[in-house]
Amino acid sequence: MASFWSGYVLPLVIIVAEIVLIVGPVMLGVAYLTYAERKVMGAIQMRQGPNLVGPFGLLQPIADGIKLLGKEMIFPAGANPAIFIGAPVMTFLLALVAWAVIPFDAGIVLADINVGVLYLYAISSLGVYGIVMAGWASNSKYAFLGGLRSAAQMVSYEVSIGFVMITVLLCVGSLNLSKIVLAQQTVWFCIPLFPMFIIFFVSALAETNRAPFDLPEGESEIVAGFFVEYSAMAYALFMLAEYGNMILMSAITTILFLGGWLPPFNVVPFIWVPGIIWFAIKIAFILFVFLWVRATVPRYRYDQLMRLGWKVFLPFSLVWVVLTAGVLVGFGWLPKNIG
Amino acid sequence: MVIQSIVFYVFSCALLICGVMVISARNPVHSVLWLIAAFFQAAGLFVLMGAEFLAMILVIVYVGAVAVLFLFVVMMLDINFVELRRGVVRYLPIGGLIGLVLVSELVAMVSGWVPAAGALAQLGAPVPPVDQISNTRALGQLIYTQYFYLFQTAGMILLVAMIGAIVLTLRSREGVRRQNVPAQLARRREDVVAVRKVPTRGGV
Repeated sequence: MASFWSGYVLPLVIIVAEIVLIVGPVMLGVAYLTYAERKVMGAIQMRQGPNLVGPFGLLQPIADGIKLLGKEMIFPAGANPAIFIGAPVMTFLLALVAWAVIPFDAGIVLADINVGVLYLYAISSLGVYGIVMAGWASNSKYAFLGGLRSAAQMVSYEVSIGFVMITVLLCVGSLNLSKIVLAQQTVWFCIPLFPMFIIFFVSALAETNRAPFDLPEGESEIVAGFFVEYSAMAYALFMLAEYGNMILMSAITTILFLGGWLPPFNVVPFIWVPGIIWFAIKIAFILFVFLWVRATVPRYRYDQLMRLGWKVFLPFSLVWVVLTAGVLVGFGWLPKNIG
Repeated sequence: MVIQSIVFYVFSCALLICGVMVISARNPVHSVLWLIAAFFQAAGLFVLMGAEFLAMILVIVYVGAVAVLFLFVVMMLDINFVELRRGVVRYLPIGGLIGLVLVSELVAMVSGWVPAAGALAQLGAPVPPVDQISNTRALGQLIYTQYFYLFQTAGMILLVAMIGAIVLTLRSREGVRRQNVPAQLARRREDVVAVRKVPTRGGV
């Protein structure tokens, strides 16, 4: 019996506590990312942004959340109830489960699995289902169009994300996320692999359905697209998932290209700052660029989006994979201790 | 060990139930969604066996790519279910007969199957135990080093099949206006904009 407690129950309690420790700050980050978006966009467009609820409008996300909780949930006629409810739940769930493998600092990670990068890639490739299911189950043509657009878009950009990840993996020799960060101790991968960094960032914009690639939502043509029929908490789940995915993609970009928790220079004032703070600063920087892009760039036309994905990014990243492999083999720079 | 067995039976039962639902669901979209659920259970079984690489690849390739295309196609099909059900009774005898023949053939073959002498020893040999080497590395050594030529041949066959499918469905349409990016970029202000002083009642 004692082995049952120490062998199964205690680890379970610890894991649940760790999950709460990760999900709590992520949800707080999501709430304040919506606030940051409105403030940053306001500043770029010479407005004030939210400033009435609490000091500097800081309580605005909480007020928004309470408002959405109090709204009525409306089912459209002819909607498929199970899938209609399941779609936002699945989208939100996928935005959170990926955090299980993200290393926040040396050794601070919930599940340090061997195939961390593949896990992240698998989770991000599932994101399309929530959107397609929502579009189909709503029984509405706008929602359906949004769902189809999104399916095509996310599948297209996943291909180049995969190739970018392969170039990074070639330089590291491991699929483990902590090892990827540790391999960047001499130089962050955004410097030798700079074009791949740009491609990854643009693909991340497309993968999270953010402007200028927000065609699935496209409020000016298909009135918010796949979630046009959603209201109240189901709608809120989609929004939470979108912002959660933004933070997640920024975290992945940080791990793959910006050295994760490592300080920019390995000298005294920088190494005093804990790694988790560096990680947060880098994520915040990428998120700021997300918002900056949204406030600056107009939406892509659909054929331009497909052209960029298949005719520009795919061949370019394919050539870089071959080039990186060739340089690593040719100069004998292949990583030694493959794991 | 007890927990592992429980998890195994949970995944296996769920996999079987999902499989049955795939062929018994009335709506084809539901069928595809059950199929996706079945893939997940299979991935769970792979993880349980310590084959985490295969589990991830199963999710990425089958759930992330193949099933998305299925769903894409099935959602856009305009199927009349009443019409589809009407033919079931008419075709049941011939369909059942073909099924019966196939099942009896399978049973006859599997019951008389004797593997070649050295085959079983060969099967277990190529991969070292899980605790000595990560399975990503083991698979990499097998596919890209040991059986490199077979792998390349398989790749070439798939490539040819893909090109064949594209050639078969390729058609050139008349009167399609495409965006020509170099031509757009090559346009200069002087070529397309002219500033004229237009006199009143004179016109350009």
